Amino acid sequence: MNSANYLYLSALLFTIGAVGVVIRRNAIVVFMCVELMLNAANLSFVTFSRINGNLDGQIVAFFTMVVAACEVVVGLAIIVTIYRSRRSASVDDANLLKR
Amino acid sequence: MIFNSPALSYSLLAPILIILAGALIGVLIEAFVGKARRPVVQLSVALGSLVLALVQVIRIRNLSSTTAAMGSVVIDGPGLLFQCAILIVAVISIFLIADQDNFTSSAAALPGSDEERQATQSGTVLTEIYPLTLFAVAGMLLFPIASDLITLFVALEVLSLPLYLMAGLSRHRRLASQEAALKYFLLGAFSSAFFLFGAAYLYGYAGTVSFAGIHAALVGGTGNDVILLLGIAFVAIGLLFKVGAVPFHAWSPDVYQGAPTPITGFMAAATKVAAFGAMLRLFYTVLAEAQWQWRPFFMVIAIITMIFGSLVAISQRDVKRMLAYSSIAHAGFLLTGVIALNKAGLEASIYYLFAYGVATVGAFGIVTLVRDSSGEVSDLNRWAGLGKRSPWVASAFAFFLLAFAGIPLTSGFIGKFAIFSAAYESGATAVVIVGVLSSVIAAFFYIRVIVLMFFTDATEDGTSVVIPSILTRLTILISLVITVALGVFPSPLLDFIKPLAIFIR
Repeated sequence: MNSANYLYLSALLFTIGAVGVVIRRNAIVVFMCVELMLNAANLSFVTFSRINGNLDGQIVAFFTMVVAACEVVVGLAIIVTIYRSRRSASVDDANLLKR
Repeated sequence: MIFNSPALSYSLLAPILIILAGALIGVLIEAFVGKARRPVVQLSVALGSLVLALVQVIRIRNLSSTTAAMGSVVIDGPGLLFQCAILIVAVISIFLIADQDNFTSSAAALPGSDEERQATQSGTVLTEIYPLTLFAVAGMLLFPIASDLITLFVALEVLSLPLYLMAGLSRHRRLASQEAALKYFLLGAFSSAFFLFGAAYLYGYAGTVSFAGIHAALVGGTGNDVILLLGIAFVAIGLLFKVGAVPFHAWSPDVYQGAPTPITGFMAAATKVAAFGAMLRLFYTVLAEAQWQWRPFFMVIAIITMIFGSLVAISQRDVKRMLAYSSIAHAGFLLTGVIALNKAGLEASIYYLFAYGVATVGAFGIVTLVRDSSGEVSDLNRWAGLGKRSPWVASAFAFFLLAFAGIPLTSGFIGKFAIFSAAYESGATAVVIVGVLSSVIAAFFYIRVIVLMFFTDATEDGTSVVIPSILTRLTILISLVITVALGVFPSPLLDFIKPLAIFIR
């Protein structure tokens, strides 16, 4: 199968993630969209690894997974704190900082 | 299957390792040292490891190596200068961070809850801030010397993740602070995803993640140009976000305003040094041959960043937001150093970053001092007449503002002059003209604040300048001395930078 198709798929996933970050209002969903973008990048890395015929890209994919896990820890901590103090995880409700 | 152990040259990596060791010891101290002694012990460990790392950086300043960590980092003059600048800025800000009045006593407690009140009354202080700072510093030290895409990405995250948390730890106005953390985190993660996607395309173009390999593929010029362009664009977006260039600046005013002021100062200064360090290395060494692809794009970004930052800063009524927009304008000035793409541009950028970083920490140090009964006063109108009530503090702030504006005899003037003349040499005349014009606009709002402080009558609304603690005083004094020294005698530092400012590949 043509490996370029995987690149199209990854670009599509990345776009879905990016659009989701911009239009969704719930912080958790926004965060999931960011994770989708990271995984799309991972898919690109693995595909390029296959195309280029070396393993560097697959190693990067492992690093990305670890980093994404760390990001989940920090991100959920922040989102849970803000949910507890406001009873809402909507990014639209977070609007104290406007002038 | 045979595994070979990696060859690491520990003395060259020692600065980063010392900081990481200090951070880990800090985590252990949280677990094993009693509450009462923690603040002192944590501060000494943090300060000790920063100073040790600084000494080690200075000791190895003339060494260079591309194989210090199996080709993952490159130790060279500019890298060590960036590390030096980051460590000095971190040492100055750790005193400000140590002034515990600025942080919440219990980050997990709900704002305004009994639990929070009890923690504050029992004198609990938040000492986790020290290990977090050290982890961020370790990431910052690694960022400008990274020489492959994996290390660059990991360093970017190591420096960002602690900063996201630190932004949410303010004692006063905690809801706003948590909101700043949320915005910083979501937009930061968004931009790292862009960065990673771009890195994937650079890897796809070159078939390797190492900077040397990408450069070789570029010189060979056999790869697919569309993939290269996508890679450069997305990686640039990730980096431009970190330095807060327009149109990727949306987070910075909110985060600067909401985060605890010492953290704002540290983040504004040190992150800029690290991010511009990485950007300069990437675009000077790896992508220099592709300059026809990225330089026009960067020129447009630099021009709109300078104009936007200076113009919007004029209408700000909040001192922290004003400093945020001023830092956006400075990101634009620094981008002219990236565009210059010559040795003079590199030297000027290093000087500018150091001078700007030190002055920024000092300015935010002063912002922590102006308070009323409910905490810091950042509304500019209430700063009116400050010069009459506390002439020393107001004069120091005025001096930092003049340094930002680039008035002669301050460090900012030398930096701006050097960076603009380097860009002019390289033929980017339009950028230089816009740069000089927006410096004039910027000077207007800096001077407006000075007029407000010294020539406007004060209103009696309980705003006062607290007597600075010895720690805050140290921060402000050191920054002031360095800013004055760099303005009056810039040549020792310029001469020190000159022979070192050569990137090796």
